[in-house]
Amino acid sequence: MISDLANSSSSAAPALDDDQLLHVSLGPQHPSTHGVFRMNVALDGETVVSLKPVFGYLHRNHEKIAENATYLSSMPYTDRLDYICPLSNNWAYANAVEKLAGIEVPERAQYMRVILAELTRLINHTAFAGFILGDMGAWGSALMYAFRERELILDLFEDLTGARMMANFMRFGGCRNDLPAGWANKVSELVNGYGAFLDEMEDLLIGNEILLARTRDIGALPKDVLINGGITGPMLRAAGVNYDIRKVEPYGIYQRFDFRIPLGGTGDCYDRIMIRFLEMRESLKILRQALDQLPEGPFVHPKAKIRNFKPPVGEAYARVEGPKGELGFHLLSDGSANPYRYRVRPPSFINLTLLEDMCLGLDLADVVVILGSIDIVLGEVDR
Amino acid sequence: MTAPDRNSMDRESPDSHAGELPSQSGEAGFTALQSESPDSLASLLARLHDALPQAGVTLRTNPGPAAQHSLLVEPTHLTEVCRFLRDTPDMAFDFLSNVTGVDWPDPAKADTVAVPAEGEANASASGFLEVIYHLYSTTRRVGPLVLRARTADRGDNAKIPSLVAIYRSAEFQEREIFDLFGVEFTGHPDLRRILMWDEFTDHPMRKDYVAPDDYEYEPTPHDAVLEKAKRHYPA
Repeated sequence: MISDLANSSSSAAPALDDDQLLHVSLGPQHPSTHGVFRMNVALDGETVVSLKPVFGYLHRNHEKIAENATYLSSMPYTDRLDYICPLSNNWAYANAVEKLAGIEVPERAQYMRVILAELTRLINHTAFAGFILGDMGAWGSALMYAFRERELILDLFEDLTGARMMANFMRFGGCRNDLPAGWANKVSELVNGYGAFLDEMEDLLIGNEILLARTRDIGALPKDVLINGGITGPMLRAAGVNYDIRKVEPYGIYQRFDFRIPLGGTGDCYDRIMIRFLEMRESLKILRQALDQLPEGPFVHPKAKIRNFKPPVGEAYARVEGPKGELGFHLLSDGSANPYRYRVRPPSFINLTLLEDMCLGLDLADVVVILGSIDIVLGEVDR
Repeated sequence: MTAPDRNSMDRESPDSHAGELPSQSGEAGFTALQSESPDSLASLLARLHDALPQAGVTLRTNPGPAAQHSLLVEPTHLTEVCRFLRDTPDMAFDFLSNVTGVDWPDPAKADTVAVPAEGEANASASGFLEVIYHLYSTTRRVGPLVLRARTADRGDNAKIPSLVAIYRSAEFQEREIFDLFGVEFTGHPDLRRILMWDEFTDHPMRKDYVAPDDYEYEPTPHDAVLEKAKRHYPA
């Protein structure tokens, strides 16, 4: 296993010339690495003394592709960033373009967006619970429970958008089509039954001795280090920082709903898992309210331009609370049909900034759990 | 080992209702820097001029509906300005959300997106690379404060000081801009390519980047493929 991998790219790692260290290349196709992600780890015995992530295996220069395409034709590409939650990505991008061009969104579309974004959060956190158990060696059963529920939501997405995952559903100024007849009732049924699934899943996990042993006091960092490192989303709130963009800078119509922001205590991996369960229960609350209040009306602004859309000269940065953290889009327009610059602020990528800090001094087996608790998708990391 | 109580984590935070946040109260609100500028941004600018007169920070207006105006900072003073913004208690810009690189081969175009005040012309005659920072304050809930820094040119002097020592979240984002745009961030602890492979030499996000000739043999080339074939096998 001792190799010269360290020489190839991690030149800045400390004390790597010490031949007592074991250099392990973790990935890029080990299933527990969540895709094509590689870590060059230097070990002293079992203890991690250096960890350098290696990115780019899925890099297709998404941002350059978007510069050479019209604003609308980038919408399907956003599905493929974080492919677990395409509809949140759709909303984040539509939100930025609406800010750039000053487009209004009608009421019904706002409610539809909230419903879809919260369903997406349910999908993401449910799948996360399955994946993290897989990372700890419980491969299969937990993931199958999680995916059973995920499929039910994906069926709803298929009814609405025609695709399970690659939805391409939001438009600037609204959504692509209206809700099919009876769709809202199906969502209501799902929402009413979801609490029981969460109870079941929590009972499986919460007191599980292996889970506790593998996750408690693993990977915690102080709050100010996390903020300085740009960590956002459930990772940040698990450490007790009350920062959720749905509350601090409400976009869409989130200020109308009554929901709370769950906060963790220490920010270790256990808190990171449990915070996502608590967030799912809050999402169910939002979904119930949104379904109750869902108004009639147009699903897209009648004056929204689909063809020959050219936003005025200027720039806009807009961010949403994606399931994985702060998902931002920064767009610069020179008045033409294509963006002059299209930048994605990917939460998965920036949440990895402190991966090494979280892992130093711990065992190699903990690295896999910590990586799982960050919840990354490589489509978004590498873009 | 005992199982923790299901309610052992704080299920709710003390101030988690939107209406109770300071976001509606003028200066401290999230909207203040965005839409009511340049008023509040102007007061921030005045304080920057008082505290760091040498930094030469100027206001750039955003002509679009988003009205996110920005501050143009001389690269040599960028770290001072950021330290001041982060460490002054009533500013507390503690969170660097986003770092964007932009290539401006035509400097006049940059002035249409970030409009300088009257009489203030763009000093740069040649093209340059620009790095745009979006800062937020998590405690005061203010933002985004948009900072821009511009390199002297697009060649050997494409250098900007690194912010990693002040904002750790810049680490990977600056590496990405170094990789894709070719901005050298002086003082970065680990400036390597991050998305492209180490042996790659060009910067694909630059506007004048030409993709390599990856012509694949086609027995009956036509249209665009024929054009490509002609370029690949010049007569």
